[in-house]
Amino acid sequence: MFRLKRKTKGEAFFDLFNNFGMLLVCFATLYPIWYVLVNAFNEGQDGMRGGIYWWPRVFSLESFEAVFQSSGIMTAMGITVAKTVLGTLIHVFFTAMVAYAFSRKNLIGGKIYIFVGTVTLFFGGGLIPTYLLMRDLQLLDNFMVYIIPAMFSFFDLIIFMTFFREIPDGLEEAAKIDGANDWSILLRVVLPVSMPVIATIALFHGVYQWNDYFAGVIYMNNMDMQPIQTYLYRVVAQSSSNQMVAAIPGGIGKTVTSQSIKLATMVVTTLPIVLVYPFLQKYFVKGMMIGSIKG
Amino acid sequence: MKTHLEPAPAALRAGETKAAARGRWLRKLYGQRHIQIMALLGVIWMVIFNYVPMYGVIIAFKEFNIVKAISAAPWVGFGHFKEFFGDESFANVMRNTLGISLIKLAIGFPLPILFALFLNEVRSVVFKKSIQTISYLPHFLSWVILGGILTTWLADVGIVNNILLALHLIDEPISYLAEPSYFWSIIIASDIWKELGWSAIIYLAAIASVSPELYEAATIDGAGRFQKMWYVTLPSIKATISILFILAVSGVLNSNFDQILVLRNSLNESASNVIDIYVYQTGMQQGRYSYSTAVGLFKSAIALILLLLANRVTKKMNDTSLF
Repeated sequence: MFRLKRKTKGEAFFDLFNNFGMLLVCFATLYPIWYVLVNAFNEGQDGMRGGIYWWPRVFSLESFEAVFQSSGIMTAMGITVAKTVLGTLIHVFFTAMVAYAFSRKNLIGGKIYIFVGTVTLFFGGGLIPTYLLMRDLQLLDNFMVYIIPAMFSFFDLIIFMTFFREIPDGLEEAAKIDGANDWSILLRVVLPVSMPVIATIALFHGVYQWNDYFAGVIYMNNMDMQPIQTYLYRVVAQSSSNQMVAAIPGGIGKTVTSQSIKLATMVVTTLPIVLVYPFLQKYFVKGMMIGSIKG
Repeated sequence: MKTHLEPAPAALRAGETKAAARGRWLRKLYGQRHIQIMALLGVIWMVIFNYVPMYGVIIAFKEFNIVKAISAAPWVGFGHFKEFFGDESFANVMRNTLGISLIKLAIGFPLPILFALFLNEVRSVVFKKSIQTISYLPHFLSWVILGGILTTWLADVGIVNNILLALHLIDEPISYLAEPSYFWSIIIASDIWKELGWSAIIYLAAIASVSPELYEAATIDGAGRFQKMWYVTLPSIKATISILFILAVSGVLNSNFDQILVLRNSLNESASNVIDIYVYQTGMQQGRYSYSTAVGLFKSAIALILLLLANRVTKKMNDTSLF
């Protein structure tokens, strides 16, 4: 790109001002998280006095020990991990499978199928009719309520389909000549060359599964099957700090408070996402673009 | 989404009998039986999880009772809608929904555009990439976590009260989430904090596709940085802005349910009761299934009308539209 050889005074001032503004945005983004982090690593009782801004005043890992020893929190964590892993695997495979079928040019009824799907992008049943359906399907208080109603998305199908149509026909035809049927073409030819789009959809759905709390709120009365986000929701929104105090196992020092254990739980819950996402950034930016252009 | 539709089975090729055409179609269907199974599994899923609830919406016009089937419920026409319009919560619910959404639209819509414009002017590639990575981060936190962050910040001994006390702007700590007057500001500010960077992605991509020649020409004409932003970049991404604006307007009644459900409580109810919360409360907590569904349907109908209106307006104004 064409560049002026020398920056004018105005240009230099603009750059200075602009870079400073951007640093300010970064600070405003990171500091609220940092504030929670240093408070979580501070001793609970001492933290009640407030005033911890940059670094723990009395460093302590006791709140984290309490989190890892609390069976309630660990059960909820296990549910979250299970629904994220299982839900993402099934969502990606099922949606990719249907997308592969829909992307075939000679599919009988293909136009009707796609119309059926497009309608779902614009119309839905809303809260109560969906709840009644879950009840009729016996999915209330059932772990599968996290998985089955989320295993397909027509929006994600469009992203998959866009990608599949770019795959050269020759690949599939060669497999066909070797006697492969459509299932093995899907598994051995199409999916292996579609890793970028699979990574994108898996990331989006994984984050959704990890972060969703509402399914646990409305479909789950059984406390042993709520995910960690629902558990935290009950603590944060309904300020049921009793649940947090009850979660403190015996044998843990008295310095742990319901507030400090809440902060530690928040940190533990968020850590996996924060650690994973910078590495997957290139995928979701790309996926976001495909989705926004086609959808 | 163009597919090549196969001619119907009855379409005959030259010199072919009806039976032969049918046989050919059946052979083709058999040949793609595996593919048909895959497609139909998806269609069956959509029928169950999308279309059955769509049918269930008719309980908005019925007096649905949980122990009986939907078809057995007596019709009541628009009774539930009239009840909602006449309800004492109606004015409050509409005020909260529209108030929060319109302020979000007025502040939250232009800010990502501004952010993208200025981010684009950052010269160092490494610095630019780092800012982007950092600015996306909050999007990946759940609203529950954000609720936890906010309650920590706004607690009696939290940083906000501490700073205001130290500056002698207040005499005693304020319980912000217990005061309706602060609720809208909290909702709007936290929404901007969470989504600013993420919403800017699409604009940044649109800006990246602007031809460098336009900038070179502007530079030769003596345009400064602000002038280039205003006369080159902004007009180039007008179409993207229009489309996102259409979507934003049609979502005006979609006050962020996940967010508000976490931050609402009985003390701030007069400012936090938006349509979606009202649907949830009347439906799930009071068990008024038909009434709640009617309120939800009212919302969807308005959203559809707004979508069509916004689409038409932007089409007239600058020739871009969603459909």
